[in-house]
Amino acid sequence: MTSTGGTENLPGTIVHDEIVPARAPWIHHVKAGETLRIVDTEGNQAVDFLLYSAADDTERYSAQDTVAAQGNIFLKDGTVLRSNEGRPMMTITGSAVEYHDTIGGACSCESNTLRYGHHTRSQHACVENFLEANLTEGRGKRDMVSNVNFFMNVPVEADGTLGIVDGISAPGLFVDLRAEMDVVVVVSNCPQINNPCNAFNPTPIRMIVAA
Amino acid sequence: MSDRLADPMAARDHARAMAGTVVEAMAKLPPQADDLPDGVRATDLVWEETVAAGGYTSRLLKRGTRLRLIDRDGDACAALMIFNADMPTERLNVADTVKVQWNAYLEAGRLLLSDMGRVLMSITADDSTTHDAFCGTSNAATNAAKYGEGRNSGVFPNGRDRLLIGAAKHGLQRRDVHPCINLFKGTRIETDGSITPLVGPYEPGRTIVLRAEMDVIVVMANVPHVLDPREEYSVTPLRVTAWRGEVTPESDPVRNATPEGQRAFLNVEDYYRR
Repeated sequence: MTSTGGTENLPGTIVHDEIVPARAPWIHHVKAGETLRIVDTEGNQAVDFLLYSAADDTERYSAQDTVAAQGNIFLKDGTVLRSNEGRPMMTITGSAVEYHDTIGGACSCESNTLRYGHHTRSQHACVENFLEANLTEGRGKRDMVSNVNFFMNVPVEADGTLGIVDGISAPGLFVDLRAEMDVVVVVSNCPQINNPCNAFNPTPIRMIVAA
Repeated sequence: MSDRLADPMAARDHARAMAGTVVEAMAKLPPQADDLPDGVRATDLVWEETVAAGGYTSRLLKRGTRLRLIDRDGDACAALMIFNADMPTERLNVADTVKVQWNAYLEAGRLLLSDMGRVLMSITADDSTTHDAFCGTSNAATNAAKYGEGRNSGVFPNGRDRLLIGAAKHGLQRRDVHPCINLFKGTRIETDGSITPLVGPYEPGRTIVLRAEMDVIVVMANVPHVLDPREEYSVTPLRVTAWRGEVTPESDPVRNATPEGQRAFLNVEDYYRR
């Protein structure tokens, strides 16, 4: 249960280090050239992730531009996270898991009613976290787009079957992202308890920024 | 000619002399189509338009309206955005569309879901099956890299900028241009995650019919798929037809095909319970 992921091999000096509690949102500005490390402290924790350009937040992460540019739906070491204008926002500079998801989107109270039933409508969800964090800077529902799900596993089978399955992460594994422009990072530490993305047990994550 | 340019009445005559000009890409007003399906009355036709290669269009459609798209010459690609007309902050969510239906591919019987757990449109007929929910459309940078330029004012307009203008006609802004789907040009996802584009060209006349399950604004750009491997800007006109139809009844087979879809319709029916 203890965190084993740490600060090893981070480039530069640590300028921010924070534990995000299970189920909570997180928003932070990361400057061009800085590296953000996300540590899955206890394993199998989905980290829902959005990016906005700090200079103009109508430019934001685009899952579609990202997968089209690399011709692959999986985000891996070396993947460039691109904006809706096709520009590089962050680059995955290290990943202890083989790949991450960007087609599964974020859970919401509303989509939970479809996937699991109307009894889940009152459960906390990632879109609630994204909205709460974005609203602190004047963004709202129009600013919600398809996100990254770090440490989440969404394979697509030959007949198109697609589903969130058990994670491929483990305690202490991490992903490193280098900012290619000044960005606003908005995260939901996923509270979902109705599918295997968090092993049915949401846990804390650690966010470290090195400059 | 200078005499005419100096004379407003001559300019008026010149302008009025254009009346009745017919071009390939235009709307028919009032709409007229000689190939409506059996049982559809001509008086229920609401939209008949041919969208140019590289063009765009947008329109508000009432709940129950059928939207028929025809890949007239076999090389159209319709990048489609959908908004709830009453509340455009509710829009197509491509991630929920594939995740909730447990499938990556769009075909007859599938639903196009909003970010509010409701079905905006359903696919009631489709003989093409090559569609794409993953790649989105081109942008200024991709078209500049591929075709040398991609401006709205140029000859190789990019999809994102076309959708921006189409959305702006309904009061929407840059932040409203959401992830889109592509109709008629498809992708296949391989087991290693790689994306194989399926761009044809195909036989002319492939058809998809969508049913509006809510009052919606549709915005479409007809531009080459962003992963189209051909060097030239390759796209042909898109034919758009729409007619009024009944709101989906509780007995509808598409409504009841899956428990997830049934709940999406329950949410729509609840939304209109006013």
